[in-house]
Amino acid sequence: MFANLSDRLTASFKQLRGKGRLSEADIDATVAEIRRALLDADVALPVVRTFAANVRERAKSAEVSQALRPAQQVIKIVNAELVEILGGEARDLRFAKHPPTVIMLAGLQGAGKTTLAAKLGRWLREQGHTPLLVASDLQRPNAVTQLQVVGEQAGVPVWAPEPGNGVGDPVAVARSGVQHARDKQYSVVIVDTAGRLGVDAEMMQQAADIRDATSPDEILFVLDAMIGQDAVTTANAFAEGVGFTGVVLTKLDGDARGGAALSVRGVTGKPVMFASTGEKLTDFERFHADRMASRILDM
Amino acid sequence: LSRGELTESDWEEIEETLLLADVGVGPTTELMDKLRTETKVLGTTDPEHVRDVLRRELLQLVDPTMDRELHLEPVVGDDGEPHPVTMLVVGVNGTGKTTTVGKLARVLVAEGHDVVLGAADTFRAAAADQLSTWGSRVGVPVVRSDREGADPAAVAFDAVKEGRRTGADVVLVDTAGRLQNKAGLMDELGKIKRVMAREAPVREVLLVLDATTGQNGMRQAQVFAEAVDVTGIVLTKLDGTAKGGIVVAVQRELGVPVKFVGLGEGPDDLAPFVAEEFVDALLS
Ligand SMILES: Nc1nc2c(ncn2[C@@H]2O[C@H](COP(=O)(O)OP(=O)(O)OP(=O)(O)O)[C@@H](O)[C@H]2O)c(=O)[nH]1
Ligand SMILES: Nc1nc2c(ncn2[C@@H]2O[C@H](COP(=O)(O)OP(=O)(O)OP(=O)(O)O)[C@@H](O)[C@H]2O)c(=O)[nH]1
Ligand SMILES: [K+]
Ligand SMILES: [Mg+2]
Ligand SMILES: [Mg+2]
Repeated sequence: MFANLSDRLTASFKQLRGKGRLSEADIDATVAEIRRALLDADVALPVVRTFAANVRERAKSAEVSQALRPAQQVIKIVNAELVEILGGEARDLRFAKHPPTVIMLAGLQGAGKTTLAAKLGRWLREQGHTPLLVASDLQRPNAVTQLQVVGEQAGVPVWAPEPGNGVGDPVAVARSGVQHARDKQYSVVIVDTAGRLGVDAEMMQQAADIRDATSPDEILFVLDAMIGQDAVTTANAFAEGVGFTGVVLTKLDGDARGGAALSVRGVTGKPVMFASTGEKLTDFERFHADRMASRILDM
Repeated sequence: LSRGELTESDWEEIEETLLLADVGVGPTTELMDKLRTETKVLGTTDPEHVRDVLRRELLQLVDPTMDRELHLEPVVGDDGEPHPVTMLVVGVNGTGKTTTVGKLARVLVAEGHDVVLGAADTFRAAAADQLSTWGSRVGVPVVRSDREGADPAAVAFDAVKEGRRTGADVVLVDTAGRLQNKAGLMDELGKIKRVMAREAPVREVLLVLDATTGQNGMRQAQVFAEAVDVTGIVLTKLDGTAKGGIVVAVQRELGVPVKFVGLGEGPDDLAPFVAEEFVDALLS
């Protein structure tokens, strides 16, 4: 077994040295290796397919066949294409002209939304903003308590007028949270919502209702980096059901290769904006496309 | 699949079904090779028939004959006293451990068992509160620390001790989510298990895998199995669009069966794993 794609490609190019040109069979072998590496990294199948076709095209070109080390050249191309897709039009958070700026979080169950609310709150506070966290997950047992605890750790106040555990209306809480922020002049409102499945029409409607009640400036789709092929279906369901403006990839401190980043970017066109990299509130950073590309390729 | 002869694109469609279900490139390629050989031997080109063969092959891989029961037979310790059956629930962050403990307690109570829960996640914000809510939902006591950041092994130990004291027959211990690449946290898990075992042997270690997990699921299973000897898998969130195909490779590699599936967030949303149902859902 070869450790990574680079080694595998180098090996598949071994016989080639001195031949000067890549044969059709060489190219097939190369594309097959890349396809496998991307699938092993959980990049979505439709994205892999497009990607492999592009690589095939470029592998036939002079830039590769005339290169001194064609394997390295192909990897360079693959890497560059990945960075381009992952990093296209990276941007900062959009702030409202008239505060408060509203940031709504949405995603599957257990993705890392509540933790992210506190991380984002802390990060914004350090930049001089005055954020408020809003506890609109009234469903999952003790989600409100959890937000209160992490809010406290982050030094960010929490709007939690309802106890949760099935009691209270999440849409009303979101609305009153934004009103409270306006009254007390908080500059940013971060709305934590319950986890929901793409196929849960009722819960998706609730998310849309929270959106309509708060007119968010950003809706961040929170996605676990360990997710597999379901990333596309789920991302499409959230894009359609609530719409999102950016993506946050969580649990990047693990050893998952995180191909979902590429899938979601490739399928929805929305930028990955932040990375969550641990359970501590400081484990949070801007997303780096180049690091992600190397990670997906396992290099 | 269309009627008549199988075209190359029919084959691709079959392969796609497997890959999209997170079965993984390795097992998918093996299955495809087998399928091509077998259909050649059978001389069949009927898509319907090919699909039957695939279903059979996949079912064989998932193995309906595996023992998927929880081991709940009463144990008697060296001292001649009965011990509660103790179970540890482990996994990476956010997969559904705490929820599974709650649901499993519900099942066990319905079967007439006396259950005690142990809140050995002393790290995650409000984790013990969450488990306590589940405890009152399903009517079982929860042993917890009143201190955040308490030693999880000590809480687990106390839970088992409490189970013995009250004559409970099952003690279920919830643990904090941890990523398998964090050696320190994996050592901590090993310690929790060892300390529990001083009171009573740990009978079941259930690894909770999220059905949306891709190829990293294999790594999770390998490392957790190494650290605490996993005896069963719970595949959660199967009520979504994900198929959970990674467990096919996990079961084969580790020989550890999936015992339950999670089908929702409510107390009754836990079901035994049925190989036929899993395979049919995967191929649908
Ligand atoms: N290692 C690691 N753990 C994380 C990260 N982000 C969140 N977690 C953990 O993942 C688990 C789930 O996080 P939550 O913030 O509760 O997720 P959620 O999306 O709010 O979950 P629900 O509200 O139940 O849908 C917790 O154990 C968190 O500590 C991360 O970047 N790295
Ligand atoms: N749809 C669905 N959601 C589930 C299922 N099991 C758990 N959940 C949800 O997933 C989220 C995480 O569940 P938890 O039980 O808190 O997960 P955990 O593994 O204990 O998380 P940590 O302790 O933070 O690592 C919660 O929102 C649960 O309600 C399931 O089978 N289906
Ligand atoms: K499913
Ligand atoms: Mg939450
Ligand atoms: Mg938990």
